[in-house]
Amino acid sequence: MSFLELTNVSKSFGGTCVLKDVNLSIAKGDFAAIVGFSGAGKTTLMNLISGLLKPDTGTVMLDGKPVTGPGPDRGIVFQNYSLLPWLTVFENIALAVDQVFPAWDKEKRREHIERHIAMVNLTPAREKLPAALSGGMRQRVSVARALAMDPQILLLDEPLSALDALTRATLQDEIARIREETHKTVVLITNDPDEGIYLANRIIPLTAGPGATLGPSFTVDIPRPRDRKAINHDNHFKQLRRDVTEFLLSSKHDRHATITKKLLLPDIEPEDLTHPVLPGAGRKRPIRLSDVKEETVQIE
Amino acid sequence: MSDYCELSNLTKSYPSSKGAAVIVKDFNLRIRKGEFVTLIGHSGCGKSTVLSMLAGLSDITGGGIILAGKELAGPGPDRGVVFQSPCLLPWLTAYENVMLGIDQVFYTADKDERSQIAEYYLTVVGLGDALHKKPAELSQGMRQRVGIARAFALKPKMLLLDEPFGMLDSLTRYELQEVLIQLWRKNKITALMVTHDVDEALFLSDRIVCMTDGPEAEVGEIIDVSFPRPRERKAVMEHPDYYVLRERLIEFLEIHAHKKRTHPAPPPNPVPPTGSMPKSPTIDLNQVHALPKNETVTV
Repeated sequence: MSFLELTNVSKSFGGTCVLKDVNLSIAKGDFAAIVGFSGAGKTTLMNLISGLLKPDTGTVMLDGKPVTGPGPDRGIVFQNYSLLPWLTVFENIALAVDQVFPAWDKEKRREHIERHIAMVNLTPAREKLPAALSGGMRQRVSVARALAMDPQILLLDEPLSALDALTRATLQDEIARIREETHKTVVLITNDPDEGIYLANRIIPLTAGPGATLGPSFTVDIPRPRDRKAINHDNHFKQLRRDVTEFLLSSKHDRHATITKKLLLPDIEPEDLTHPVLPGAGRKRPIRLSDVKEETVQIE
Repeated sequence: MSDYCELSNLTKSYPSSKGAAVIVKDFNLRIRKGEFVTLIGHSGCGKSTVLSMLAGLSDITGGGIILAGKELAGPGPDRGVVFQSPCLLPWLTAYENVMLGIDQVFYTADKDERSQIAEYYLTVVGLGDALHKKPAELSQGMRQRVGIARAFALKPKMLLLDEPFGMLDSLTRYELQEVLIQLWRKNKITALMVTHDVDEALFLSDRIVCMTDGPEAEVGEIIDVSFPRPRERKAVMEHPDYYVLRERLIEFLEIHAHKKRTHPAPPPNPVPPTGSMPKSPTIDLNQVHALPKNETVTV
């Protein structure tokens, strides 16, 4: 029995089937990336694992026990950071730590929080409010908060999608480093196949919705630590990149029937608008290059 | 003359309390008819400034731009712009948004013909079923499809794309790149795109112009992309040069990012990074002018 096990999980909202027969098993210590289109149901899947939503059918089991609601054994990092704006970096993390480790004395909790702030390189900003932090720094707080609860599994729900390319690369490296240090089980949800391949041990594509389901698992056999530049020479990387992208794009294409439609496109030239048009003056008909072209186009 | 669009010594500066802040300095570029050129560089390096001067949306401080034999002054429908956010009028449907420009530019044509143009382009970009939907009912990707249809419908001389897919997730981005390149191929439009997505630049362009970091940004290095057209993503990604070029571009971006962090004000003429790429000499502008025939252009 694997650590996290989803069996035939389906979820609908208002008659629309979002996820259908999702099966997923993740072993302890694994790092899996679920890659899919926006709107495919990635966040719904994450909410089912975290216990924020209940499946219509099927079961979600963590460490042999069914998931019935949210709990501190699963640390979540959301795309929108979800920090309390009136609390400092330290206080935001303390909120989680005080809840999860009430038995610890104050000093032990403080030391624990400081250690996690240091882990994400935010010690100089510990007394700042979220509004005073950049997007990348806010997401670091969110990562520290999730890790400080010492969860059995870390759930990252598009943690870097709202960040610019450079900050994203820096945080990807941090996530890779922290994961090497802590050996946590991680499920990363992302819409970027490159991000998944760079970070994870396994890529599991989520097909395009509605009725999305998980595709075959692709093993990422690239030694760590991974180098963003050197990876370009790795044949396995190139092949994975192509296969995962291909699988996802074709899952979307399969959804659309190709229709053929006849369309008319008049072959006329645009007018020069730099000269003012006087009423009654100027040409009355457009310059026509040829007769109306009739075109047959195929639309997906 | 084979050059269709010519940017000569293009300079942009803003007055500031410490004298003029020069964003772009002596930017020179020649684009041939039907060519797809991409400007790549970091956020804030001035690539969008170059594009908006070409669009006529930003005043030119120094130098000039010639398009199809005429010097540009101000915006006009001869240049179609696709912005990062599609900038649709929210109270008009997709069809009405596209018709807005068509009614201006094709005012001598009949109503039926104008309508056919709008329908044609909206259908070709994949919105045949959504002609009469308002932007609020469309997804981000669909809105950007309207933006593409609107730009092509005016039959512009030149297409300007300012990070057109920057707000989309990478998979939707792939789909829209496909839509764009098919329309571009059919219409043989000269295009200039700004992006910081390396894969996007490689898939779409004939030439990639790397811009050095601002202030005083200029042309750093020009990379020819000669994958055969029509391009198919799978074939392009399997091409032996693909990852060589990809790494080179990533390296270019990394070197300049690093420079920016360590030196807040880089020297006026940063040396383009050539050390690790001995096979491909840096093309500076004088060379480009002198040897236009040596460049391979696949259109």
